[in-house]
Amino acid sequence: MPILSHLWIILALPLAGAAINGLFGRRWPQSAVNSVAVGSVSLAFLAVAELVREFSHLAQGQIPYPGDYFTWMIAGPFRVDFTLQVDQLTIVMLLTVSFVGMLIHIYSTGYMAHEGGYYRFFSYLNLFMFFMLTLVMASNLIVMFVGWEGVGLCSYLLIGFWFLKKSAADAGKKAFITTRIGDLGFMVGVLLVFWKFNSVNFGDIFRQAGQMPAESATHVGVLTAICLLLFAGAVGKSAQLPLYVWLPDAMEGPTPVSALIHAATMVTAGVYMVARMHPLFSRAPIAMFVVAVVGAVTAFYSATIGLVQTDIKKVLAYSTVSQLGYMFLACGVGAYAAGIFHLMTHAFFKGLLFLAAGSVIHAMGGEQDMMKMGGLRKKIPVTFWTMLIATLAIAGIPGFAGFFSKDEILEAAGAGPHANLWLWLLGVIGAGLTSFYMFRLVFLTFFGKPRFDEHQVHVHESPKNMTVPLMILAFCSIFGGWFAAPHLVGGTEYFENFLHPVFSSYAVSAVAEVQVRVVDPTLLPPGYSAPSPVMELAHALTSWPVIVGILGLLVAWWFYIKKPDAPRRLAQSIHGLYLLLLNKYYVDEIYAALLVRPLLWISTNVLWHGVDQGLIDGIVDGSARVARESGAKVRELQSGNTRSYAAWVVIGAVGFTVLLLGILGMVVH
Amino acid sequence: MGTQPLLLTVVTFLPLLSVAALLLLRSDDHVWIRRIALAASVAEFVISLLLLRGFNSGTAAYQFQEYHQWIGAAIHYHLGVDGISLFLVLLATFLTPLAILCSWQSIQENVKGFFVALLVIETAMIGVFVSLDLFLFFVFWELTLIPMYFMIGMWGHGRKIYAAVKFILYTMFGSILMLVAILWLYGKAGTFDLPEIQRLLQSGQIIFPPHTELLLFGAFFLAFAIKVPLFPLHTWLPDAHTEAPTAGSVILAGVMLKLGTYGILRFCVPLFPDAAHRMAPTIAVLAIIGIVYGALVATVQTDLKRLVAYTSVSHLGFVVLGIFAFNSISIQGAIYQMLNHGVSTGALFLGVGMLYDRRHTFEIKQFGGLATPMPVLMSFFLFIALSSLALPPLNGFIGEFLILIGTFAGHHAWAAWATSGSVLSAIYLLWAYQRVALGEVTVEKNRDLPDANNRERLILATVAIVIIFMGVASPLFTRRMEASVNNVMQQISPPENAQRRAAPTSARPAKNDVSMNAIAPRPLIAVIAERRVQR
Repeated sequence: MPILSHLWIILALPLAGAAINGLFGRRWPQSAVNSVAVGSVSLAFLAVAELVREFSHLAQGQIPYPGDYFTWMIAGPFRVDFTLQVDQLTIVMLLTVSFVGMLIHIYSTGYMAHEGGYYRFFSYLNLFMFFMLTLVMASNLIVMFVGWEGVGLCSYLLIGFWFLKKSAADAGKKAFITTRIGDLGFMVGVLLVFWKFNSVNFGDIFRQAGQMPAESATHVGVLTAICLLLFAGAVGKSAQLPLYVWLPDAMEGPTPVSALIHAATMVTAGVYMVARMHPLFSRAPIAMFVVAVVGAVTAFYSATIGLVQTDIKKVLAYSTVSQLGYMFLACGVGAYAAGIFHLMTHAFFKGLLFLAAGSVIHAMGGEQDMMKMGGLRKKIPVTFWTMLIATLAIAGIPGFAGFFSKDEILEAAGAGPHANLWLWLLGVIGAGLTSFYMFRLVFLTFFGKPRFDEHQVHVHESPKNMTVPLMILAFCSIFGGWFAAPHLVGGTEYFENFLHPVFSSYAVSAVAEVQVRVVDPTLLPPGYSAPSPVMELAHALTSWPVIVGILGLLVAWWFYIKKPDAPRRLAQSIHGLYLLLLNKYYVDEIYAALLVRPLLWISTNVLWHGVDQGLIDGIVDGSARVARESGAKVRELQSGNTRSYAAWVVIGAVGFTVLLLGILGMVVH
Repeated sequence: MGTQPLLLTVVTFLPLLSVAALLLLRSDDHVWIRRIALAASVAEFVISLLLLRGFNSGTAAYQFQEYHQWIGAAIHYHLGVDGISLFLVLLATFLTPLAILCSWQSIQENVKGFFVALLVIETAMIGVFVSLDLFLFFVFWELTLIPMYFMIGMWGHGRKIYAAVKFILYTMFGSILMLVAILWLYGKAGTFDLPEIQRLLQSGQIIFPPHTELLLFGAFFLAFAIKVPLFPLHTWLPDAHTEAPTAGSVILAGVMLKLGTYGILRFCVPLFPDAAHRMAPTIAVLAIIGIVYGALVATVQTDLKRLVAYTSVSHLGFVVLGIFAFNSISIQGAIYQMLNHGVSTGALFLGVGMLYDRRHTFEIKQFGGLATPMPVLMSFFLFIALSSLALPPLNGFIGEFLILIGTFAGHHAWAAWATSGSVLSAIYLLWAYQRVALGEVTVEKNRDLPDANNRERLILATVAIVIIFMGVASPLFTRRMEASVNNVMQQISPPENAQRRAAPTSARPAKNDVSMNAIAPRPLIAVIAERRVQR
């Protein structure tokens, strides 16, 4: 079991790549940097593949399989070891991260070929892989937090990769700080976990939580508090309301970064964390409900903004925020496996969408405004076809990967044990909007007449090292959903079965009962013939996501192909709403006005100039002045250089001592 | 166990001895003055590492003790280290060579005087950490002030005289209160010996009425709180740090602020536990205000060095909070954070000093886009900033986290408020980094600034390695603190002790059992105590 007993190898590979390129890459040719960067990540992927093989031989009793390394912190009763673990959930995440990561590394060798700081880019990218893999393999909250903060750092560095641009530097900083606000909650959550469970190891926490009764709406306890605090971290990291504002700005980074970090992997860390902590969340229904509501509202809200954006990457960014919302909705209604499933398919199709968008931008010589594109279909066919596949996938068109995962989420939201009709409705409308804005993107970019000067812009298909990753991801965007095809298309739910051991351990008994009752007809009470009305309604509505998906396609077609004039007229007729969406509900402006500017003003004028320089220094300087004036006579005798200050300091000190001794004597006696 | 008989004396006075060597040199022989100062400080660091080798982490007793009659019967030359002071000594010996290296070229006037001052400070600081006699302690404490006063006043920048006077006035004010308290203690105990006084207090042979204890606590605490500095006693710090020469700022922030937190942990809390408990909520609130306040004010600074200076107010707030949470985790975190802050903030000042050497200004507006002409220096600067903003797995995270998790055990709200410091530190450091390093070069003459030279790279790489090492290998440190921290915890553990002190007759321990560590019955401690008594 070479890899299973040496899990650290998977982490060491990209870390070594980052270190080597970071230290020596500056003087090396691109080919050398490439071989180190791509080589280390590819080896990591191979190691993961081998790990999967070894893992499949494990008995369920051996899972999660641990890897203990060194004691990282120890103080009194508090102890943290650097420990890793592998279970089914980790396997899914490892495969997704290392596979998509490898493809994006390869793609980047083409995309970044003409950029300065080539070695720096790959060093950061490898470092990111190290932290992301740490995050998913961690077996305690603190090691997870290392990965969590580490990916944030790499995100900061890579968003601001073109640091000469102020907007890029601003965006990087905004991303780091906004996610840190969420992390504040996460940190306090960890503190609360240790306080409650006396450990930060997942195993210890879950074992104890597993014996606790589920809390309820009327009985809100420490578990709910822990879950809500941890979820705050997820809201920051995974860009949910109200902390999503950094993700659209993060598009300032190079496109492969957007694909890897801000679509496929890092931003899904919040979803992974919630799924990982499911034994706690499952016992905190209020927290679960909050997760579901935040997810559903974000899914809908962000999709509305995506409707009117014209920057190709911004559309995809809001789409990512929206899709992450679906994943949280899934977790919030207890369908963790569906959430993780969507996480995986999303990594394929959204990674592909970004890479394809990058290919478009590459072809257009850096242009990102879709209004200045059009008619690219024939000129960059590989990009077009792969992007179309990804669009069909995200729109939930049957047969493509996104259909299966999104369908599972909405089914759980509409018919699962925590079903909620309103959340389901938000999800379905959001699905329609998703389909619309994605096909709008495709139509604006690839169809119609070119809206740019064809003599100036030489449109060209991207090189092989970019198109091959596109094709591989396109393959996954179609078939990535099939092996998880749910029962309604006659498949076996392989994916859910695979994850079942993770999510069924420590499950709340009450929830399990509900599921049993639904699934197993023999347990139904006599005379019970039909499913509950909610169930019945939900099943009738199962096809709704598909219907709205196709509807979205048709509307987009009508607007952007059939009647290209219609969007402008519509925008004019509902001008206020259009402006509201175009300006993203003015949330950035509101935050600036309500938080940033007042804080800076108070810090400058009240705290610094007021309290520090005015009040405290006023008292200090004032008393010094009194001392100096009374000591003026003494001072006149001196020559006036620094020694005189020392002299009066000493004299003053002696006098003061005598005075104080007197006062002290009076007080004490 | 500390078997090397004279090791502590050597460690303490070697810098002073090398001062004698410096004084023999001609004052215009700058090359040899620098070389000898550097060689002496490096040798000092290496020798101080011997402390680690001989240190026994299993005991809370003072180790490497030296005990001699000094003045009269009451004042002794009594040295010793335990898990609390051990690493602070190493911090001082580690930072001094770096401070000398960073002054290599920037100090051109009165070079001899400068290095003499620096080495005297080193002896004085180490002396503070290893003194076990209150009188000796006070001598060293005052000895740190004078060379620092001259260092700021003579080799500083801008309003250096104002800053130097403000520094010394503030500190003297506290010192005098402390002196009064020390004399008071002596009057009661008849000795200046710290372990002896501790023993007398512990066994109930000296009892202070509550309000006297509070006064004594207050006198000590005020002196230390000014040094830390605790809000609202901090306003000397931005001036002193900003106007001091780079080496002065490094030593001030790196080590001298810890004299305050060390003093609190060594004297205030164990000698006056009841008063400490009574005052803890107030002090904790001030510490939390300091964390937030220091961070907010740092955010809006326009002077880079002043910005870094204010971050100390914030970071030291964590340390004070950790101590007054009275939890073994948080106190270990507080000690660790003292070390981290010394390394990281010291390093930030080193970086700022390197910018000053090139541009002779601290105005952030004068920088901008520096990552283009000097990528290496700016990469290090960012790395150090990340350590300062407590990014795991770098050193700052360990200290902050231990403090938070320990504080949380008893005081949820304190810890939660303090956590906000982690967001604010990201704001001020990354914003500062952006304004200095990122974007286009904004000032034309910055375009051709040279990147870090080999000397500077050596300094920065050394610090970077320590930052990583302390981030991943913290048990090497905390394991050596554990016993001493537990000992402090026992000295301050509330109700039983308080009752025993209040009603000494009922529970006074047997007479031959009253070594200061008697409550932690470990054979080694008893051995030491006995040996000391025999002498």
